[in-house]
Amino acid sequence: MSNYVLELISRSIAGGRVLPENEKVTVTENIEPNPPVKAPQTEAAPALARESISLSGVFRSYKNSRGSFTPALQNIDLEIEQGEFVCIVGPSGCGKSTLLHLIAGLDRPTTGEVAVDGRPVEGPGTDRILLFQELGLFPWLTVRENVEFGMKMAGVSRNERRERAHIFLKMVHLSHFEDHFVHQLSGGMRQRVALARSLTLKPKILLMDEPFAALDAQTRDMLHDELERLWKETSPTVVFVTHNVREAVRLGDRVLLMSFRPGRIKSQFQVSLNRPRHVEDSDVAHLSKEILGQLREEIDRSFNAEYSSEEKH
Amino acid sequence: MKKSINQIIFAAGALILWEGLSLAKIWPPYLFPTPLGVAQALWDGFKDHTLLIGIEVSLRRVIIGYAIAVVAGILLGMLLASNQFLEDTLGHVILSLQSLPSACWVPIALLWFGLSETAIIFVTITGSLLAITQATKAGFDNVPRILSMAGRNLGAKGPQLFFFVMLPASLPYLIDGLRQGWAFAWRSLITGEMIYISLGLGQVLMAGRDLNDINLVVAVMALIAMLGYIVDGLVFRRLDTSLRQRWGITTAASR
Repeated sequence: MSNYVLELISRSIAGGRVLPENEKVTVTENIEPNPPVKAPQTEAAPALARESISLSGVFRSYKNSRGSFTPALQNIDLEIEQGEFVCIVGPSGCGKSTLLHLIAGLDRPTTGEVAVDGRPVEGPGTDRILLFQELGLFPWLTVRENVEFGMKMAGVSRNERRERAHIFLKMVHLSHFEDHFVHQLSGGMRQRVALARSLTLKPKILLMDEPFAALDAQTRDMLHDELERLWKETSPTVVFVTHNVREAVRLGDRVLLMSFRPGRIKSQFQVSLNRPRHVEDSDVAHLSKEILGQLREEIDRSFNAEYSSEEKH
Repeated sequence: MKKSINQIIFAAGALILWEGLSLAKIWPPYLFPTPLGVAQALWDGFKDHTLLIGIEVSLRRVIIGYAIAVVAGILLGMLLASNQFLEDTLGHVILSLQSLPSACWVPIALLWFGLSETAIIFVTITGSLLAITQATKAGFDNVPRILSMAGRNLGAKGPQLFFFVMLPASLPYLIDGLRQGWAFAWRSLITGEMIYISLGLGQVLMAGRDLNDINLVVAVMALIAMLGYIVDGLVFRRLDTSLRQRWGITTAASR
């Protein structure tokens, strides 16, 4: 226990955390009988602060084709509360997906630390399920077998797997397609299979990487409603990456805007609009416009960077 | 339906043309087989059990050799796919050995194992092992990263990841390799059987040559081709089709 406290303290020093607003929000939103006295103490009680995901001083760079290192993420300090729905927007190439992979444990930071429920992330775990943009459904399995996959790996008995798969497929309105193969489904249906497959493991954290990007607007609207409902029913923490600002405002409790390479969190917006929201709501449009203004700057920067690198070649 | 009508017309046409050519006696009869002569050779061969024994002996050998090649080839392929050092070294040796025709393995088989069953099976294995190794390696290399990531993300690790994700994900390549490996095994077996009195179809083929019996030679060749084709159709084409249907892969051939 003392090791753990020491680690947290040293991390908070090393991390050089610079998000006081965020801290304040965390404290005021929680009904805590004792006001926090010292920073390290509030840090040491993640259960009280209910922080689910915490990234401190995260830096991640990749070796590029010329042998030098390109930073993908820089100075990421982020706290996400349990049950919070956080959306991340940013231009392509800002490291949004990298961030999700780090939390999922499929990738590791070059420096800095990623912790979930106060424990450092050391690899993938079924408490954190990532929904890939490309879905990653297994083409050799039926819909039901796909949904059962995680439970099978966890050693859940055959009957229970079936039962649970059925419940979740019903939840996403696909119970009539249990014995179909993936290629026989439409894009929206596949998306729902992937969602059901992720939810069967009752993850505490659901990470979604532009899940609805390839869908038509109607299907997307429907899936927004469905996702919001499932989120309310199963209450996981959600980190949702998208390039669609309206989608982010429609779904998120909080929207983070990331900057173009290296990816940093440029600003964040608390979305206090009442749920259920709709993408066409004027409040949603209003806030989206504000975020979009800042996003445009980043997109311009990304275009300029690409343009100038083309000039050089 | 149209396909089988075409095939019947083609077979009938070919037979008529063949019979016509043999009746025309352009080549001496000991060099040019006749349809009736080949049919007679097959009939005689089955009647005195030479061909039946040949089929039985050859199939038994090819099954043993092929089974060993499949197990060893898949293991070797996995090893190459998982180890960069092995791929850079042994992988290239295997690639270069693949250009050796199976007849090249006969002398070494004779030196090592003598005129024996083992020598023939050794030649069979060398023929198909490398093709299966290559296909397995390609299959594992080409497993989409997203599938292995999805598997890990859903809690699969170690052997689970291997058996439930990597292996099924590499099946399209693997089945191709097994099919090719089968064809190579069958060919190499016949080569190997020609080396001594081995009772197999390869030896019956050589007997035809020794007896100067062109009809027997062609009859056995036809039999060897038919057997290879039947196994391919019964086993591999079926596997391939069912896999394509499952995965939803369409190709020009299946459309």
